[in-house]
This record gives sequence, structure tokens and C-alpha cells, in this order.
Amino acid sequence: MIRVQNLVKSFGSFTAVNDVSFDVAEGEIFAFLGPNGAGKTTTIKMLTTLLKPTSGSIQLDGLDPLTHQNEVRKRFGIVFQDPSLDGDLTASENMEIHGVLYHVPSKIRRQRSEELLKLFELWDRRKDQVKKFSGGMKRRLEIARGFLHTPKILFLDEPTLGLDPQSRNQLWSHVKRVNESERVTVFLTTHYMDEADRVAHRIGVIDHGMLVAQGTPKQIKEQTGTENLEEAFLALTGSTIRDEGANAADQMRQFAKMWSGGKR
Amino acid sequence: MSAIYILWLRELKRYVRSRAQIVASLGQPLLYLLVLGFGLSPVFKRAGMGNYLQFVAPGVIGMSVLFSSIFSGLGLLWDRQFGFLKETLVAPVSRLQIMVGRTLGGATVAVIQGLLVTTISIFAGFRPAHFIAIPLALGFMVAIAIVFAALGVAIGSSLQDMQGFQLIMNFLVMPIYFLSGAMFPLAGLGPVLTFITRLDPLSYGIDGMRSMLLAQSAFDPRIDILVLACVGSVFIVFGAYRFSKIEI
Repeated sequence: MIRVQNLVKSFGSFTAVNDVSFDVAEGEIFAFLGPNGAGKTTTIKMLTTLLKPTSGSIQLDGLDPLTHQNEVRKRFGIVFQDPSLDGDLTASENMEIHGVLYHVPSKIRRQRSEELLKLFELWDRRKDQVKKFSGGMKRRLEIARGFLHTPKILFLDEPTLGLDPQSRNQLWSHVKRVNESERVTVFLTTHYMDEADRVAHRIGVIDHGMLVAQGTPKQIKEQTGTENLEEAFLALTGSTIRDEGANAADQMRQFAKMWSGGKR
Repeated sequence: MSAIYILWLRELKRYVRSRAQIVASLGQPLLYLLVLGFGLSPVFKRAGMGNYLQFVAPGVIGMSVLFSSIFSGLGLLWDRQFGFLKETLVAPVSRLQIMVGRTLGGATVAVIQGLLVTTISIFAGFRPAHFIAIPLALGFMVAIAIVFAALGVAIGSSLQDMQGFQLIMNFLVMPIYFLSGAMFPLAGLGPVLTFITRLDPLSYGIDGMRSMLLAQSAFDPRIDILVLACVGSVFIVFGAYRFSKIEI
């Protein structure tokens, strides 16, 4: 379903993704793990037509995101790592815009929107502006929105960041449900190794832009001779702490917080 | 089509919900209208040019349409930082439709803003030649709004963050306003200023409004329409091109 070959992305002299190749089969749940700044989000951005690769090739459902942008976009859904909601609109309105942009017929849109908002316990607040929501609620709304249309491939970029255990549980059981009942291929990133171990069929570990290991959770543990995935991960990527530089958008968010008193 | 509609509607909803901003954005036109309108009135009259408030009102209306439409395009920067832009960019809708929806939304908001200022100027003592002239002037407001909303989208697509905002404001938006003949008659200027004012698309918009509202103008209204239509088409194409090139 996803085929990536020798993918490279450089920003100036910095190579964020360096010669990465992997395959994800249809109906598979693939976890893409790596420390901060390893190149996970950059890879997702290239897979989802937001960035152009420097070299290498990508195929989603047999289509190249570079030449068949719209066709590719019809096939996937994504929950971003950072916020992508419109704070001035209500929860329902955010859902509605998404449904219209993804061509979900209005009847199904309303019905699914209600189901999902109830599932993620946002139904009572559906008429409130999103900027009044707490961090966890916004996150839940992003996830609910990601499930509004049924894509062939679902990208989840650190979806559980800032979620309480209840919502996390809810999310993963829903992911498993759509994966089993509708054969949705799932490509996810997370920092919680236990989640990856529990949910993913296969795992890829990326560090410094390079894929350092690939296989089922069991294979990866055997390969590194470790008991659990967390130890395997540390064995593969070392224990030094990484930091991403703040990008322009982060700096502006900071700036905007100052001005709006943290309302957004 | 439904994508264009929903994005247009979004701009409108955001506008209606930001009441404080609506009031704030009326401050500057009010100042120009009342302070300059009454302040320069005696001098203007002594120069044999008639009532300055009458003259400046279409200019101030044009100004509010200009500011509001350019800012709506620059709203892209906010969407970029709050992330909503990504949501629209990965959707299976052509970027052209997204750009058109935003532009029309921004233009509609700008026209509403223009109508608010028109109402205020009528309260302040502005009298159009006929009240039928207002719908005709509205056509020019729409043209100005579309031209500059498209320009705003083109600029908003090219900037990464708000740091360029002051630059755009001081070296593009303010010059467009001051060189448009919004505040002074275009006739009898020196050759340099005459040349520059002829290059400013807003000159034709304001001249068109003035010829509808006051039956006095520097150019033929047909030329005004023609110039606005041409510049508008170019800006829409340019804006759509810049928008299609956005990477996040």
C-alpha cells in the first residue's frame, strides 16, 4: 500500500531523511519510531504531499504523490502532530469543513460526526468555539475529525501526545476497529513504546534520518536481545537526548500566545 | 464548488465572530473621514474644489476595502501557524479551489467593511449624487476587494512568518493607499507622481467609485473597469500559482 524507496530529503546542508526504504502492506498497522528530530514527521509530510522529496520515490496505492497529488490525497487521512483546527469555529463546524473537503455526503457526514463526537466525548461541547477547549479536548477533536472519512491509509503522527489514558485507550481500540473492519492501512508514529508494541503489526525505527531496524515487534526485540520494545529502542538509538530546533511556526505560536493571553 | 463555498463561509463566520476586531478596524477610516474630512475642508473649499468630506469619503471607503482584503489574504499566515492551513492543503481538493474560496471570502468581508464605512460616512454628512449610485459604487468595491484579496493571498503564500508583515504594510499597503488619489485629486500632479499614481490599481477603483458617487472622475469609468478586471485576473493567477507552491 505504501512503498518508499531510497527516500532523501535535505534542507540546505542538513539531511533530515537519508536513504530510507520500506514497504507497508495493505491492512497493516505500521509504527514508525524514532527520537525527536529523527525524521518521522518529515517522512510523513513527504508521504502526504506536503513536502517534495529531494530524491527517491514514493508510491501510495501505486500512485506517486508528486504527479498524482489529488488522487493520492483522496486515499489518505491524517492526524497531525501539531494542531490543525480552526479555533474560531466550533467543534461541529470543524468537522463539517473536513467532511465537505473530503467529499463525505452530508447525511453520512452528520451521522458519523455525531458518532465520533460522542465516542470522543465532545458531543456536549460541539457548539463551543475550539479555542475555548483544553489541550486534551482539541487533540480528541483532531482525532475524531481524522476518522470522519474512511481513507485507505490513515497517518497518525504522535496522535496520543497529551491524551489521558482513557482517550488513548479509546483511540487505539478505534484504530484497531477500522483496521480490522474496513482494512484501513495505518501508518503511525509515537513515543510510547508500549502502544507501538500493542498495536503495530510491524515497526520501523529511524534515527538521524536513517532506518536502523525494521520488523515485527518480536523480531526487533530478538534482534537486539532485549525484553521489551523500550529497551530495544534505546539499544538501537542510544540514550542521548535530542532536540529539534524551534521552527518559524513554533516561534510564532509563542508570539501569538503572548498577544492573545493564551486563548488559542 | 462545495469546497469553495465552505471556505467562503468560514471567512464570513470568522469575521462575524470577531466583533472587537470589526469595531477596531473602523477606527482608522473614522479618523481619516472625520479629522481630515472636516480639517482640510476649509483649505479645499478656498482652493475652489468644493467640499472635502464629499471628496475624501469614497477614498476612505476604498481604503477600508483595501486594508480588509489584503489582511484577509495575510490571514494565511495565521492559518499557517495555527495549523489549519495543513488541514486544507492535504484535502483532496485542488489548491485553486481553496485559493478561490479564501479569496472570495476575504473579498466579501472587505465589501461588508466597505459598506459599513459607507453608512458611517453618510451619517457624517457625505451625500452621494443619487442613492442609486451606491449599488454602482458597490460594483467597484467588489472589484477592489477581489484584486487585493488575491494579492494578499499571493503575499501570504510567500511569507513564512509575521516578520515580513511590517515590511508589507509600510512598503506596499500604505503606498498603495497614499498613491491612489484617495486623499487628493489626481489632476494637475507633477509628472513623477502622475506616473506612479497611474500604476496603482487602487487609483482606478477609487476613481470609479468617485465617478459613480459624485459624478466626477479623472479617468473614463470604462477604463477603470478594464484596468481592475485585467489586474484582478493577473493577481488571481499569480495568487493561485504562489498558493500551489506552498510547502509546509
